[in-house]
Amino acid sequence: MHAQAELPDQVADEACARVGNDRHRLLDVLLTVQHRCRWIAPAAIDRIAARLGLTALAVRGVASFYSFLSLEPRGHITIRLCDDIIDRHAGYDGVLAAFEDALGIRLGGISADGAVSLDATPCIGLCDQAPAAMVNDVVLAGLTPERARDAARALKAGARPEDLVSPVFDSLSAHERVRAAVANNIRLSGDVLLGEVPREAGLRRALALTPEQIIAAITASGLRGCGGAGFPAGRKWEAAAREAAARRFIICNADEGEPGTFKDRVLLTERPHLLIEGMTIAARAVGAREGILYLRGEYAYLRDHLEAVLAERRAAGLLGVGILGTPGFDFDIRLQLGAGAYICGEEGALISSCEGLRGEPKTRPPFPVQRGYLGFPTVVNSVETLCHAARILDRGPEWFFAMGTPGSHGTKLFSVSGDCRAPGIYELPYGVSVQELLHLAGAEDAAAVQVGGPSGVMIGRDSFHRQLSFDDLATGGAIIVFSGARNILEIVDYYLSFFVHESCGYCTPCRVGNVFLREAIAKFRNGHANAEDVAYLRSLSATIIETSRCGLGTTSPNPVLSTLAHFPLVYSVVTKPSDDGLQATFDIQSAIENARGIAKRRSFVFDRDFSQ
Amino acid sequence: MTDAAFTLTIDGTVVAAKPGQTIMEAADAAGIYIPRLCDHQGLRHQGGCRVCTVKAAGRSVAACTQPAAPGLAVENETPHLHALRRDLVEMLFHEGNHLCPICEASGNCELQAMAYRLGMIEPSKFPYLEPTRPVDASHPDIALDTNRCISCGRCIRASEDVDGKGVFGYVGRGIHRRVAVDGADLAHTDAALSDHAVSADVCPVGCIIRKREGFRVPIGERDFDHHLIGETIAEKRR
Ligand SMILES: Cc1cc2nc3c(=O)[nH]c(=O)nc-3n(C[C@H](O)[C@H](O)[C@H](O)COP(=O)(O)O)c2cc1C
Ligand code: SF4
Ligand code: SF4
Ligand code: SF4
Ligand code: FES
Ligand code: FES
Repeated sequence: MHAQAELPDQVADEACARVGNDRHRLLDVLLTVQHRCRWIAPAAIDRIAARLGLTALAVRGVASFYSFLSLEPRGHITIRLCDDIIDRHAGYDGVLAAFEDALGIRLGGISADGAVSLDATPCIGLCDQAPAAMVNDVVLAGLTPERARDAARALKAGARPEDLVSPVFDSLSAHERVRAAVANNIRLSGDVLLGEVPREAGLRRALALTPEQIIAAITASGLRGCGGAGFPAGRKWEAAAREAAARRFIICNADEGEPGTFKDRVLLTERPHLLIEGMTIAARAVGAREGILYLRGEYAYLRDHLEAVLAERRAAGLLGVGILGTPGFDFDIRLQLGAGAYICGEEGALISSCEGLRGEPKTRPPFPVQRGYLGFPTVVNSVETLCHAARILDRGPEWFFAMGTPGSHGTKLFSVSGDCRAPGIYELPYGVSVQELLHLAGAEDAAAVQVGGPSGVMIGRDSFHRQLSFDDLATGGAIIVFSGARNILEIVDYYLSFFVHESCGYCTPCRVGNVFLREAIAKFRNGHANAEDVAYLRSLSATIIETSRCGLGTTSPNPVLSTLAHFPLVYSVVTKPSDDGLQATFDIQSAIENARGIAKRRSFVFDRDFSQ
Repeated sequence: MTDAAFTLTIDGTVVAAKPGQTIMEAADAAGIYIPRLCDHQGLRHQGGCRVCTVKAAGRSVAACTQPAAPGLAVENETPHLHALRRDLVEMLFHEGNHLCPICEASGNCELQAMAYRLGMIEPSKFPYLEPTRPVDASHPDIALDTNRCISCGRCIRASEDVDGKGVFGYVGRGIHRRVAVDGADLAHTDAALSDHAVSADVCPVGCIIRKREGFRVPIGERDFDHHLIGETIAEKRR
């Protein structure tokens, strides 16, 4: 039924040859072997090590880091079902059962003939159309048990994953293939990114400016990084331009791993030229000749489409040597595919990954703008930031500066998902309130909103008046809506499991502390917690935040801390008096009644809608 | 940057430093001990255990990787940092399997000594993860018991950078990140007793064991049986 697997050492030879036996391209080599052999066999590891001049252990170390690389055989068809909390609320259990039933395998299993394997994976960026799954390099969105069963049966009968997307898949263009698989759900287009955007207008203006003038324009616009940290883009470019160096790099961060975030997916699909234009302008500004577009492994279905865009631009003289006839302005971009690791969105880890290493953050300082990719000054910007930059060059910094709030200029793409009628992308100026956004998305039942994904904060109704901006509620763009019917502790538990799964393991507090935090939340869920456990949650969280080495560990306790702050009742109602007798007279109902009055909400356990 | 020496303060004491030095290097030279587990003399810095966390200009940083800077005010011995460090050391204990009374490293072990220094005397509040990890006794001269491994990476860096070999390395991610060897087991690597990586003081705990040398120094007469960890550094100041 399925093609016989190819010999691992032969595939390894070819894969190494294709990258010129360059060890910095180890991730590409491993992805090729995984793709063609469906696992990284010991024979392949030995051959890769010999070809690239590495130890077999070093190759195994990298292969074992990434979720989409496997040291055990996976199916010729590898199904990965998103098991995020959004999908669980949207029917994940039924879809999983349908797959298991129709394929005759359990989650984590592989069919006896090696044809199909079934795994779960964190958010794949289709939160507005959950439940969703990857099937090899295509995606299935809006799954129902029926669709899952049909898909499984078709695959068993020999259909290709592509056939599930469209019966005429082969005759579609790369862009049409993406469109056939995924709806973009652009609900509101703003002036900057999703409205009418003239082609190459920003780049043409940039060519008339000096690099210093380009940087000055970006600085004057007030543009701040949209990947979450909000670092001023102009200052970053300026710092990289200032370093004395033989080579410089522009890296676009399209890792989009924060659960609940899918704006980059939409920009990559609908505004790819604007993005590459932004990268090209950045290259001009800092004097870079080489660029990398780091695309998360979950977005492999966008690869052909993006390669087509790059090829088109090379052919049009918009990439390559002497861009738009400008002598000395040379810049080209390679696409680097990731392999399933949230931490690779962290800029240092992303650079490690591009270098063919385990995706571990780098020690800072030096910062990437000083010593980044291969030790050269490197600007890492998110997709959205680079798109904004191109628009700023076209329309001028004042235009951009005038939008938004005093600390956050321009517009922002919000990825809205969860319990609402109109999930999708909303482009709005910074400063919009959570309430306004919920209203637009038809989320009247919202009782809790996760702002910024798991690494952000969960707020309740008493905070919905707050503004989305760096001055108030900062967010990379994820807005996950939960109705009053949802179990807050289940959500917290899931998010902690996510961080445990995605921690790189480099530093003690994040590697070990997050496991303890998850165990502590389990204690609350099981009804075994007492009042001291709340203090324990707080102190453990504080240690993790204060001693972790990178942003993953410094934010991973946020689900715990923000729910303790905004939904204290969720914890207190499941907390038992401790054995010491001091709280033996504690009456939970009267305590709740008291707290209900203060918090103006009802109990989550004893009343269905805990936040009324 | 100029090469001119400068000063910073550590808990109020003025300390001289040179450009390129880390806070820990400057502290060591001045005879001020900052607790550490993954950092080791002569090896590249890893910055992974976080036991060396200090406050520099109000921000918590790893002293072993953070550059010293002119005028920097560093806090080292404060109750707050002490508590953080104890949490981290407890995490390392609970992550692996540590039964000191039957461990060959007892008395020479930096983890155990750090626990004593930080006053880890009551039962910890953390759960035990109790992993199952096989012992690798395949090599004629060396054994590897990763039940006690604290993921400090000292063996990795010593093997790569000093021995030029790459016998040890990390595999896996997150809580499953482990130290592994370049071969089916230690016997199938080019590890040798003469390697720096397997010398007595590279592995801080009882993980890399030199066979037939065990208990040569009786318990009670070992390094940390007589003095606190860090005392040799602090002695320089006296
Ligand atoms: C754990 C972690 C994950 C991250 N993931 C992403 C990501 O998926 N996309 C992104 O643009 N930035 C991500 N970041 C932020 C990047 O480190 C970096 O700040 C950003 O790419 C810089 O681009 P910007 O200034 O344009 O936002 C992440 C940071 C951390 C700590
Ligand atoms: S905080 Fe977590 S993700 Fe970041 S370096 Fe430490 S272990 Fe890795
Ligand atoms: S390695 Fe150290 S802490 Fe662990 S059991 Fe041995 S002596 Fe105790
Ligand atoms: S084996 Fe020893 S030296 Fe190597 S990482 Fe583990 S504890 Fe550190
Ligand atoms: S795709 Fe499932 S939550 Fe994002
Ligand atoms: S000694 Fe600094 S992090 Fe381990």
